[in-house]
Amino acid sequence: MKRADQPFQFMAASYLIRIAAQAAQSLRELAQCLRTCSEASIFYHTFQSLETHHYTSFSSDFAQWALAACNEAALAERLAVVDLREVVSLAELRASLVDTVEAHLRDHPASADRKAYESFYFCEASEITVPFGPPVWTLQEMADGIRLLGHQSLHYHFISSRLRPPFRMNDFSDWIEHRLGLPRLAAQLNRIDFYNDTLDDLRRDLLALLESRQGR
Amino acid sequence: MSGATRVGAPVLQDYAPIVGQAEIVELREVAARLKDRRVKMVNSTAVGGGVAEILNRLVPLMEEVGVATRWEVITGGEKFFHITKAFHNALHGAPYEAAPEWFDEFLATNEENRRRMQFDEDFVVIHDPQPVALIAGRDSASGRWVWRCHIDLSRPNPQVWQFLQPWVERYDASLFSSPEFTQGLRIPQYLFYPTIDPLADKNRELEPEFVRGVLERLGLDPGRPIVTQVSRFDRLKDPVGVIRAYRIVRKYEDCQLVLAGGSASDDPEGSVVLREVQEAAAGDPDIHILNLPPWSHLEINALQRASTIVVQKSLREGFGLTVAEALWKKTPVVASAVGGIPSQVIHKLTGMLVHSVEGAAYQIRFLLTHPEFAKRLGENGHQHVKENFLLTHNLKRYLTMFLILLKGD
Repeated sequence: MKRADQPFQFMAASYLIRIAAQAAQSLRELAQCLRTCSEASIFYHTFQSLETHHYTSFSSDFAQWALAACNEAALAERLAVVDLREVVSLAELRASLVDTVEAHLRDHPASADRKAYESFYFCEASEITVPFGPPVWTLQEMADGIRLLGHQSLHYHFISSRLRPPFRMNDFSDWIEHRLGLPRLAAQLNRIDFYNDTLDDLRRDLLALLESRQGR
Repeated sequence: MSGATRVGAPVLQDYAPIVGQAEIVELREVAARLKDRRVKMVNSTAVGGGVAEILNRLVPLMEEVGVATRWEVITGGEKFFHITKAFHNALHGAPYEAAPEWFDEFLATNEENRRRMQFDEDFVVIHDPQPVALIAGRDSASGRWVWRCHIDLSRPNPQVWQFLQPWVERYDASLFSSPEFTQGLRIPQYLFYPTIDPLADKNRELEPEFVRGVLERLGLDPGRPIVTQVSRFDRLKDPVGVIRAYRIVRKYEDCQLVLAGGSASDDPEGSVVLREVQEAAAGDPDIHILNLPPWSHLEINALQRASTIVVQKSLREGFGLTVAEALWKKTPVVASAVGGIPSQVIHKLTGMLVHSVEGAAYQIRFLLTHPEFAKRLGENGHQHVKENFLLTHNLKRYLTMFLILLKGD
């Protein structure tokens, strides 16, 4: 079994949702709040929500609100299409969201001040991470660790990690490529589509790839 | 002041088959960072109501993971609890004109409790407005103080809120069941969903024979649809509105209505509302008003499982844990879009949201005539509760909050 030159340290992550000061009651207010809210809020409403949304039409809170509270389906679809795998900074993401809402309001000015069915409350996640388990050196040990990760920790390592350096890469792939020297497997893991599955589905896909590599 | 009585509770490992072993292992890892820390929880009733239920199950688990937790209940006279009930209604938006001496009485009772209690723990969590002024007991040696608000503060009576707000802002943080309830406080405000215990008598799996036996004892016909609301007899739960909705439904569909409730020791209005409900139901043998004692958890569980539809037609609601209870049992829910209920009921996906008596009647009729759709709502609802509203989530949120407070977020 191949051994890494440096170990991987799993982290147990947990979040508490902090309610921010901004709230929007119309699309115009949404655009204003998007310009001024914290980057943590931008992240929370676009990607933290991937952890729990299985029933709503969109995983992005902004998109879901545009649909459910404003009845603006086209805008909702455009807000939802942002793919975390292509985003390299929250500033870029914020600009993209603001542009999307403003473009929609230019085409549909009557929608700007129509009162939403319910307000959008901006939130952000306060995160705590603690080292979890012993450092791991092999794919087998990594698979064993992934089995024991809770949902929030899986999200931390596989989804929110893409907005930490080196960007666009999950923590597992980064280690597999650079510490184990297996770039193909790293790329395969990184391509898993986490948008349409639950975190348990994601865990299953990760383990299937890791185990298929070990089976060779 | 009295220590609240707790019954033997399951241990953390018992939850692994429900939430997964991974969540349990992680919980222990997070809790290890708080080893030897001490917590005090304070509320106003040991029995009855959602807060007491949560604490009854949460406190033993906190102790099990190494965070020594003491739960204390404030005491007060009948006058104090009449005042706090009036405050409660006013904070939910009811018209209210408080006499100045009522605020004095409120503060005097808080002061009496403060003198009896010690606050040398690392974290003090005060639940709801009744004991809010205990923060006066904070001194330089005290740990972090948190105010947990379980009620809907979205449209509070200004007179009462202006009285309470300066007390609340002396805390280090505040916890709300919905972002809508926040009030632009100068302290951090966190979102904290209440939770149910899947292993408690109220929620655990029951044998079908037991459920049938409960229906028989209560005089319910298992062969006909049962529509149930489980709530304290409280005007904000709109039990009379449920009866009106039922009467509309009965024009089209055969069914029985159950209004199952009880009262909490801090709610002096319960008996008055119960009489109003009994009068509204008079003469209809298919309306069953059940005034159950606080220990009727298994009966409530059986009713929620046996019901065709569970209704929660509240006018205002802190969170409405009875909704999570029904969803956990895969029973389809029709509930008002108030308070924390929309967090639990995603319209047409995990249940049906309504805004009126007529809307409730319409959706009850719809679900009675579309059982496959109703079944899908119930299954989605169960999964939604599993991911967000179980006791283990609450435990993790508290542990996370304590770590965040220590970090100085």
